[in-house]
Amino acid sequence: MLSRYVFRHETILALLLVLALALSANLSDRFFTVDNLLNQGRMLTEVGIIAIAMTFVIITGGIDLSVGSVLGLSAITLGVVWKTLGVPLPLAMVVAVLVGALCGAVNGLIIVKSRMPPMIATLGTLALYRGLAEGISQARSVRGYPDWFYVLGQGEVLGVPTQLWIFGALAIVAAVILGYQTFGRVTYAIGANETAARFSGLAVDRSKILIYTASGAMAALAAVTFVSRVSTTRSDMGMGIEMDAISAVVLGGTSIFGGRGTMIGTLLGILLIQTMKNGLTLAGVKGDGTIIVIGSILILTILISNIANRVRD
Amino acid sequence: MSHSPTLAPQPSPAAAFLRFVRAYGQETAVLVALLVIVVAVSLINPNYLGPTNINNIVAGNAYVAVAAIGMTMIILLGHIDVAVGALIGVLASIAGTLAVNGYPIWIAWLVPILVGVCVEAIIGVLVAYARIPAIVVTLGIVSILKGGLITVTQGVWISNLPPDFLIAQFRLFGIPSPVYFMVGLTIAAGLWMRYAPFGRAIYAVGGNVEAARTVGIRPERLTVGVFALHGMFAGIAAVLFGTQLQVIQSTVPNNLELTIITASVIGGVSIVGGRGTVFGSTLAAIFFSAVSSALVFLNISAYWLRAVLGLLILATVLADAMRRRQFH
Repeated sequence: MLSRYVFRHETILALLLVLALALSANLSDRFFTVDNLLNQGRMLTEVGIIAIAMTFVIITGGIDLSVGSVLGLSAITLGVVWKTLGVPLPLAMVVAVLVGALCGAVNGLIIVKSRMPPMIATLGTLALYRGLAEGISQARSVRGYPDWFYVLGQGEVLGVPTQLWIFGALAIVAAVILGYQTFGRVTYAIGANETAARFSGLAVDRSKILIYTASGAMAALAAVTFVSRVSTTRSDMGMGIEMDAISAVVLGGTSIFGGRGTMIGTLLGILLIQTMKNGLTLAGVKGDGTIIVIGSILILTILISNIANRVRD
Repeated sequence: MSHSPTLAPQPSPAAAFLRFVRAYGQETAVLVALLVIVVAVSLINPNYLGPTNINNIVAGNAYVAVAAIGMTMIILLGHIDVAVGALIGVLASIAGTLAVNGYPIWIAWLVPILVGVCVEAIIGVLVAYARIPAIVVTLGIVSILKGGLITVTQGVWISNLPPDFLIAQFRLFGIPSPVYFMVGLTIAAGLWMRYAPFGRAIYAVGGNVEAARTVGIRPERLTVGVFALHGMFAGIAAVLFGTQLQVIQSTVPNNLELTIITASVIGGVSIVGGRGTVFGSTLAAIFFSAVSSALVFLNISAYWLRAVLGLLILATVLADAMRRRQFH
């Protein structure tokens, strides 16, 4: 009985996280300061928001490679709709999120209607959405947002970075849906055996479209906080962020084949990656050195987890 | 198609043509699209067919076509490699570093190819024996390679490359050497996959692993072998890429792996494995160059290029999906 808990992926991950935290604290006394930890929270928000939705996508056995491009296109939409079209900023933010949701819905429709593998469909839209962002903006950036807008990405509420509240709320809602709601059950059922789910009368297609739509909308939300955090809009925003999000989700124990995974795992994955990045940076390792460690940890964790699975069975 | 010609009734040319189109539908479609683009753009701007531009189109993207040969085999097996872009960058830097440090030129060409084989063989072992999905392994490898590249080169470009080293700039009968590499390797790989037992086994495993196992193929061993072979093509692509210019940058074109995967997919490789040829992927790589060059000659902002490519990917794969539904 004990071994069931010891060999759980989340347990391994939690141990690694504790280890990483202890090491980071040892390497630099600046690590365990409130300022540093809150600042790290700010940094992980965008990947985190995307990874929440990506967890659902991967549990269905799919993948969404286009989220980085959706982020870019939504950011450009925000800038262009506000600056060029003169729409009030709050409304422009809504439009940006809607555009993201629309991008996601298009992904979902293509995947469901044409039975195209999600990796290929979103590979196509990865190029398409980024291309639209580049084409529309002609690589010009948009700046000069009003001061109140920066509260979202640079400000604090009750001493905690604003976007961390948003991220926390989204994570809790998503965890409840995935763990305790019918929709979450359906998500697992689709990933475990799509045909069986279909024959059981579950709304497979509608659920998948909904999940990809949510993935697009979440990427757009990440875009809004991203723009607010860095005070500018550029068409190359979020390039490659899909890989960070997928790494976090997979590190968190979600099976890339679908049917298995938890929101806690994803959150642990995000925290572990951010802790290692920060700890290594504070220890004087350059940014490029840190990504080597993260890549190795990703492979090693999955390897250990696979071996642990075999031992457990 | 496999029975001997003496026994088979001679098919009429029209029927044979139809059968060819049916079997190589995607390859034919890419070829037709390529011809349409070339004819249409050259009618609008005759300079498009100038010798310099033709050279640019065919030779400039040859390394993508070479890398796409290996990627085609990987995808045929039902795997994927998102690390190949970063790998090509690393291997090109290795080649350049060896060349400027006075090693014999052939060593500077050979070592990156061997390193490519080793890296991909390790990926193959992790995929085949440790049973980690290829996308996860290569996702991890991407970070290791990218981080490693910048840490080692410190982001400095490699310049002062010896002229003998720049193989991509050699010409034979006025044709740049990458063209020979692209054509030669495509034909060799295409024939090998069509006629050699090992090559045919790729299709067998991609189509149905268990069926392949029952006829005596060892899928794990084959997978490692194919990854190693893919590493060789990546190594050759890296040497061609690294010797195109007088310097080697410490970065690779953004999303190079996606361009390579796209060439394989547009060329007719079914992403679910088991179907497609390297002739298609090479045609698709040339088609890409033709399209991006066409934008320049049609005075369309290059910033729209990626959107056009995205539409192309979606259109091809949608067409493929619809055709599959019709035939089955």
